[in-house]
Amino acid sequence: MTPKTKATLQKLGPFIALLVVAIGLSIMSSDFLTVGNLLNVMRQVSINALIAFGMTLVILLGGIDLSVGSILALSSVAIASFMQMGLNPALATALGILAGGLMGLANGLIISKGKVAPFIATLGSMTVLRGLSLVFSNGSPITGFNSDFFSMLGGGYVAGLIPIPVVGMLIMFGVFWFVLKKTVFGRHVYATGGNEESARLSGVKTDRIKIWVYTISGAMSAMAGVVLTSRLNSAQPTAGTGYELDAIAAVVLGGTSLTGGRGWIFGTLVGALLIGVLNNGLNLMGVSSFYQQVIKGAVILLAVLIDRGNKK
Amino acid sequence: MKRIISPLLLSLLAVGIVACSKQGPDSASTAASAPASAAATASGNTSVGLSISTLNNPFFVALRKGAEDEAKKEGITLITVDAQDDPAKQQASVEDLIQKKVSVILINPTDSAAVANVVKEATDKGIKVISLDRSVNGAEVSAHIASDNVAGGKMAAEFLLDKLGNKGNVIELEGIAGSSAARERGQGFHSVIDGKADIKLVAKQPADFDRAKGLSVTENIIQGNKNVQGLFAHNDEMALGAVKALQAAGLKNVVVVGFDATPDAIAAVKSGNMAATVQQQPELIGQFGVQAAKKLIDGQPVDKFIPVPLNLIKQ
Repeated sequence: MTPKTKATLQKLGPFIALLVVAIGLSIMSSDFLTVGNLLNVMRQVSINALIAFGMTLVILLGGIDLSVGSILALSSVAIASFMQMGLNPALATALGILAGGLMGLANGLIISKGKVAPFIATLGSMTVLRGLSLVFSNGSPITGFNSDFFSMLGGGYVAGLIPIPVVGMLIMFGVFWFVLKKTVFGRHVYATGGNEESARLSGVKTDRIKIWVYTISGAMSAMAGVVLTSRLNSAQPTAGTGYELDAIAAVVLGGTSLTGGRGWIFGTLVGALLIGVLNNGLNLMGVSSFYQQVIKGAVILLAVLIDRGNKK
Repeated sequence: MKRIISPLLLSLLAVGIVACSKQGPDSASTAASAPASAAATASGNTSVGLSISTLNNPFFVALRKGAEDEAKKEGITLITVDAQDDPAKQQASVEDLIQKKVSVILINPTDSAAVANVVKEATDKGIKVISLDRSVNGAEVSAHIASDNVAGGKMAAEFLLDKLGNKGNVIELEGIAGSSAARERGQGFHSVIDGKADIKLVAKQPADFDRAKGLSVTENIIQGNKNVQGLFAHNDEMALGAVKALQAAGLKNVVVVGFDATPDAIAAVKSGNMAATVQQQPELIGQFGVQAAKKLIDGQPVDKFIPVPLNLIKQ
């Protein structure tokens, strides 16, 4: 086996794992392999995938973003409040995503200009933003905004079959794939994550890259918030708690290295699908939620162990 | 390591390829099994889904146990999913139950409004939904099963009257104004004590289900009314706050009745600081849920609201 085919095989590892799990589930549950259920899984996955795409850039930089769940909640509270104030739903949604981007921008500034470790910076903003979403919502869910446009964003279908969040997820996948593969920005993200000092010395504006990446991560979390809020028809100040871990798990399952510089967006999509398929399949089989946590954790550990083995 | 990993990956790939070619027949077998499961439904072998807001709370664990025991008795397959207090997770797991084509979904909402969409999705697909403990806002359900708070209020009042010998001055601490628990518990309480000649309600004030407020509100009330024999609080937290105020003021022998039977309150009843507390019976909520689901499966009518009796804990 040439090194190149071996590298390709390694990259396909997560995909193969997804196939194996999916096949196992189709054998064990007759309800799994139906068009209805597969679209159902994809729609459920879209929220985590949108966050995880942004998280992939962050982790490629060797950073981490713990604030994604809080950004999701605060943006969704913002959108719901805007709509309650009578703002046009499309404008409210756009402003909410912009707000998420600004929250990410703040993270980026604190990390690059303030020279604070990403873990600490986003741990802080996670708490601040969660607090703010409780402040703005008085601690209770915001409901009572009835907009056909907004309900469609999370609950609508394209061609009467494919859920809009799934289409959104696939479009964003395409955008991220293109940016990472074909643009200067993408190459600079890899370079900064691989070796920041040498990237900087070769003319990459590493601070600017960092700021952009965290801004993108914030905007993606807000976008996930749009899907969630639209589907629940309710903005929850406590929404998204723990989502940072699901997103990180999707990125790591996809083979992106937590030390930065190495990884790809296709892996993240597959990682998110793997988590979603596991959730769905275990529910279909009636596995207790406590065992579900054990199984999901074990799958993540196994994936990382195999990845470690490959790198040796 | 490399020697192990490469063959491992290769064999995984091999499995993948073999399985890929199996995908066609697989989906065919799924199609074939659909009528089979429909036949199973007709013969009465049906499954019911139970979506619980959280299993990190003894109340809901007891609820699930009641449902499980009843399902076992009735020969119903019960599939429980846990939302871990996350409305999005609840929505996803109920969607999974819909895919599983369960006959009835018992739902204990994490948030009454946030579940409306997925409840509609289920009813659109012909799956009947029953809400447990918390109601659904914005979508129709076949039935709602919850504690009978009115009966609980009555139970507290009857106990209080009995203890006081139908005579004395009474304080009522209300829960958050307008909340269903406060409204219904108060309604039940008043239906018994109102019009009793020798019972006088000397004060009735909201303390918002909060222990600290129960303390300060009671302190203020007894400034002007030292002559108090009984107190009913719409929940245990307020009752426990009131107990502190009464003790500090040296008012002994006041009969304090709370609601909810929290561990603190049960301990207070045992030690004699509180006279009684009204306890919900979550096992019964689960049991009634499965019984109602069974009726729906058999095509029998069910009541829109099924109240679950409460239980009085006293020394």
